[in-house]
Amino acid sequence: MEVSVTVNGEVRTADVEPRTLLVHFLRDDLGLTGTNIGCDTSSCGACTVLVDGRSAKSCTMLAVQADGADVTTIEGLAGEDGLHPMQEAFHECHALQCGYCTPGMVMAAVSLVDEYSDMDADGVREGLEGNLCRCTGYQNIVKAVLAASE
Amino acid sequence: MIPAAVGYVRADSVEAAVAALGEHGDEAKLLAGGQSLIPLMRLRLARPSVLVDMGRANDLRGISVDGDTVSIGALTSHSDLEHSAELAAACPLLAHVASQVGDPAVRHRGTLGGSLAHADPASDLPAAVLALGGTLVATGPGGSREIAATDFFTGFLESALAADEVLAGVRVPVSTGGWSYQKFNRRAQDWAIVGVAVAEGGAGVGLVNMGSTPLRASAVEAAVAGGAGASDAAASAAEGTEPPSDNNADPAYREHLVRVLTERALVAAGA
Repeated sequence: MEVSVTVNGEVRTADVEPRTLLVHFLRDDLGLTGTNIGCDTSSCGACTVLVDGRSAKSCTMLAVQADGADVTTIEGLAGEDGLHPMQEAFHECHALQCGYCTPGMVMAAVSLVDEYSDMDADGVREGLEGNLCRCTGYQNIVKAVLAASE
Repeated sequence: MIPAAVGYVRADSVEAAVAALGEHGDEAKLLAGGQSLIPLMRLRLARPSVLVDMGRANDLRGISVDGDTVSIGALTSHSDLEHSAELAAACPLLAHVASQVGDPAVRHRGTLGGSLAHADPASDLPAAVLALGGTLVATGPGGSREIAATDFFTGFLESALAADEVLAGVRVPVSTGGWSYQKFNRRAQDWAIVGVAVAEGGAGVGLVNMGSTPLRASAVEAAVAGGAGASDAAASAAEGTEPPSDNNADPAYREHLVRVLTERALVAAGA
C-alpha cells in the first residue's frame, strides 16, 4: 500500500507491504542508511529516529504506522548552519568509538533533552537505557548529552 | 527478522475497529503502539492475517478526572501518562508505573490499552491497574461492557476480551493514599523479574511476573486490612502464586523476591 511520510522535511511516498518496518522503508526505499539496524529485537536503539518529534525505534514500527507522520533521521538533523548542537557535543566530547550506535544515540538524546528538563548524569543514563553502546562505557556520551542540554 | 506477510486495515475509531474485527475474524489482531506486537511478529511468534491499526483513533487518547474517577483512553501512551500533571495529582501510582515501562522510545509509542490487552504477566501496568481496583471498558458489536481488572486477565497473554471486542478505555479510582512500585530487574530496560505495586497503603497490591497472569496479592491485602504490619503482611505475598522459572530466576527466588519487595512497597506506602 502507498504511504506518504515527511522525512527530514520532504514528503516521500512509496508503495510498501504492510509488514515493512519503518527502518527498512528508510534504508531500502529511501536510501537513508544513516539509521543503523543493530539487534533487531527492540533492545539496542541503533535504529532510533524521531517520529513527530519523539524518539521511536524504527525497527519496532511499521512504515504504514508512519503514514502521514513527520520523521527525522540522523541525515536530517544538521541545519544550514552546520551540525545540530547534539552532534556538535558528541564531536566535542568524543562520545563515540566505533560509531555504530551513534546515529540512534544522538536521535534518542535529542528527544531526551527535549522531553526531560534539568537532567543530571543519572537522569541521562536512565534516559538512554534503551540505547546500547558496546565501546565507550557511556562516559563521554553522558558528558556530551549534558553539554548539549545546557 | 521481518514479520510474515500480513493484511492491513486502518481503523480510526472504535466502531471502525469493531467492524474490521467482525469482518476478519479471530485471525485479525489490533495494533495500537505495536511495542509488544511488532517484536512478536518479527519473531513470528505472532502471525495475524490482518492488522487492524487503531493508532490514529485519537478520541481514545486522553486522561480526564471527574469526581472520584480517572478515565483514560486506551490509546493514551505511557509517555502521556508519565507526564500528565493531572494524573500525577489524581493517581500518582499509575503515572509513576508508566514511567518505569521499557525506555523513553518505547513509552512514546506504547499504550495503556495495548499493554493491558496484551496481558503479559511481566508487564508493569497491569499490576498497577489491579492494585488500583480499575475497571476496563470493552466495546463490541452489541455495545460496551465493563470488566473489573480482577476478572480481565484470564491466562498467559489472554484476556476476557472477545475476538470482536476492543478495549476502549480504563477507569481507576482517584488514589492519593500511600503508594509504591518496586520493580526488580538486573538489566536496563528489561521486564521486571518481579514487581510489586501497592495502592492506598496496602489496600490494593498487584504482582508482576509471579504467575501466568498479572496477579492481585489478596492475602497481603487481607492482612493489611486486618491491621498487620508491613513485615507480617508481606510474609504472605507469595501465597497463591505460581511464579515462572527462566534464566533470571527460579520460582523459589521469585517467592523470596516478592516477599522482600512487598515489604519494601508497604513500608514506602506507609502501611
